[in-house]
Amino acid sequence: MRYHFNFGDVLAYYPWLIKGTLLTLELIAVGGVLGIALGIFGAWARTSGPRALRAVFGAYVELIRNTPFLIQLFFIFFGLPSIGIQMTELEAASLAMVINLGAYSTEIIRAGVEAIPRGQIEAGQCLAMTRLQIFRHIILRPALQKIWPALSSQVVIVMLGSAACSQIAVEDLSFAANFIQSRNFRAFESYFIATGIYLVLAILLRQVMRGIGLMLFPAKVPR
Amino acid sequence: MNDFTLWDMARGLLLAARWTIALSLLAFIGGGAVGIFMLLLRTSRSRVLSLFARLYIELFQGTPLLMQLFITFFGLPLLGVDTTSWGAASLALTLWSSAFLAEIWRGCVDAVPRGQWEASASLAMNYLQQMRHVVLPQALRLAIAPTVGFSVQIIKGTALTSIIGFMEISKAGTIITNATFQPFTVYAMVAALYFILCWPLSRLAKHLERKLYVAHRH
Repeated sequence: MRYHFNFGDVLAYYPWLIKGTLLTLELIAVGGVLGIALGIFGAWARTSGPRALRAVFGAYVELIRNTPFLIQLFFIFFGLPSIGIQMTELEAASLAMVINLGAYSTEIIRAGVEAIPRGQIEAGQCLAMTRLQIFRHIILRPALQKIWPALSSQVVIVMLGSAACSQIAVEDLSFAANFIQSRNFRAFESYFIATGIYLVLAILLRQVMRGIGLMLFPAKVPR
Repeated sequence: MNDFTLWDMARGLLLAARWTIALSLLAFIGGGAVGIFMLLLRTSRSRVLSLFARLYIELFQGTPLLMQLFITFFGLPLLGVDTTSWGAASLALTLWSSAFLAEIWRGCVDAVPRGQWEASASLAMNYLQQMRHVVLPQALRLAIAPTVGFSVQIIKGTALTSIIGFMEISKAGTIITNATFQPFTVYAMVAALYFILCWPLSRLAKHLERKLYVAHRH
């Protein structure tokens, strides 16, 4: 018996696919912005924060980077309610993404911060800049610029990882694929199409990150 | 109804950890073998082969591992192959890790100075001889640290195979949670178990990187 592919059956569910794609984009928009913000704070804490904060962020980074995203998600969504912290699926998924990307970007941005030559910071001190001004203008900007490509790839990786969020019933793109195949039993075709959409999203997201890089660091990012 | 002690939960998870380790090893070895092949294609002088390898890498790096697992799990039966979750999981993870390893190793091959290629070419070596005797031995040194680092990604990747029903730590965690209604404890234990598996490898990768970096700086 030969199998007859039927992609039309899946494409007929296009409103679900579009809705799922939009939710995946929403997740990565929230996760990306807040995750990088957390990463910037974490990099500051790890390099020039108080000693206690340094240790806390060190442990946080190691803990998150050495456990799977799926388990972080399950822990937040299924585990936390039993100690009284309730949230919706979407909140849990966003939180998990922020925490996950936060840990990776802390480590990536920290590498950039540590690559800033000491003399630059001393020059800033000579100009009577405050510590915050030094961090913002002398350390952070050049550091971000240096590690922007690595950070961009990490954002794409987290976006692809967000497919796991369908497991706590967040209605993202992979959830749409699951839903469609449960309706028409076209499992292969649904997942094939969803995978294609993810591929396009990944390529687009990389370009968007590049664009943001060019905007934030004009003329200095290699084109 | 039975009461689960902490030890009952831990024992269930530890037994399942054998499968996480087995699957990780298989994916690492299989991914390494396919990865070497893809590396040779990617760095070959033939533009067609190199383009093919680039598309392969882009495809696996640009799509979610979860979707790759689903496609393998539901796609193989269409080709007339009987799929088990074990077979689909090991195939998908092998292909996925091969793409990442090929790309990591390509970076290492690119880091070998151009002159080494030219010198070996002037000794009338062909492409495979150059790779085998001159470039790969040098690239290998650079490759050790990031390869160990990637093995952590493989172990974490195996967690997703629970979704297609492969019985490893995450799946065992879900089952035990359903039996005990103690998600907080169980998932904390699951996370701890992954941490125990991954953290030493992360440390090792960092240590190797530092050692290598010193050697490079002189």
